[in-house]
Amino acid sequence: MSVPSAWYLVLAAILFGMGATGLLVRRNVLVMFMCIELMLNAVNLTFVTFARLLNDIGGQVDVLFVLVVAAAEVVVGLAIIVALFRRRAAATADDIHILKG
Amino acid sequence: MLASLQSVLLADTSAQALAHASAWAVFLVGAAMILTGAAGVILLRNPVHCALMLVVTLFGVALEFIDQSADFLAAVQIIVYAGAVVILFLFVIMFLGVDRKEAIAAEPTKLQKPLALLMGLVVLVEILALSRVDHWVGGTPALSGALNGPGDNVQKVGQAVYTGYLLPFEMTAALLVIAVVATVVLSKRAGGAGNDEAGAVVAEESSEVTS
Repeated sequence: MSVPSAWYLVLAAILFGMGATGLLVRRNVLVMFMCIELMLNAVNLTFVTFARLLNDIGGQVDVLFVLVVAAAEVVVGLAIIVALFRRRAAATADDIHILKG
Repeated sequence: MLASLQSVLLADTSAQALAHASAWAVFLVGAAMILTGAAGVILLRNPVHCALMLVVTLFGVALEFIDQSADFLAAVQIIVYAGAVVILFLFVIMFLGVDRKEAIAAEPTKLQKPLALLMGLVVLVEILALSRVDHWVGGTPALSGALNGPGDNVQKVGQAVYTGYLLPFEMTAALLVIAVVATVVLSKRAGGAGNDEAGAVVAEESSEVTS
């Protein structure tokens, strides 16, 4: 037998908690984006674990879709960050209010 | 006869024990990589170091995927995340020149860090508590095809994607096209609406060059 699923789920929960904490602690927009990637990876790990637990390929297919959405999100988010930097050379989240309009 | 049977059983159990130990070893190495990388992303000051620690976490997640017989997803994880997303992060960091240390001292509110740590702990405890309610699993098993069985992992994922998940798959194509168009529109430099300052700077520079 392999490793029990609960271990993977606890690991994913810890990773999600660390990503959420980092998102709240850091003020650099790029690093906040990386923390969002950490949280997405935690959810992917949960999907794969439940796919094994329930013997269902659907969990792995969902991870594929999450990967596509994450890639699209990173592309658009980084474009927004670049547009933000054109206006003002600062990378903290407090500067995002200038994007209005 | 009995002796041979016993030796076969012994070999079988030792092989099982070896598989068990290797699965645990892969899990523990992956978990160590994931937690080290996540701690690095949160704690390191330099954004470039954060991006490199993110790679460590992504490789750890790929190891856990392999440990759970998600071979295709492990390959895609490394190619898409470590190969494309992190490179994009690093490219933007270098392009914008923000690879300097974050000004940690200038906090808007004194309570932000303690409150953030508290919120992270609350999230973790909530997830763990909620998941204990139904002993981790609350759904009905195996609607879209079995994971275990004959055939490769890639074959099974592909069959699920191109039969039951065809409409979502087509929608991801539309999503990617929308993302590409949105990126081009957002990063168009001069002449676009709402980009006056940058356009003004470019115009000034060009007028300086011409004059």
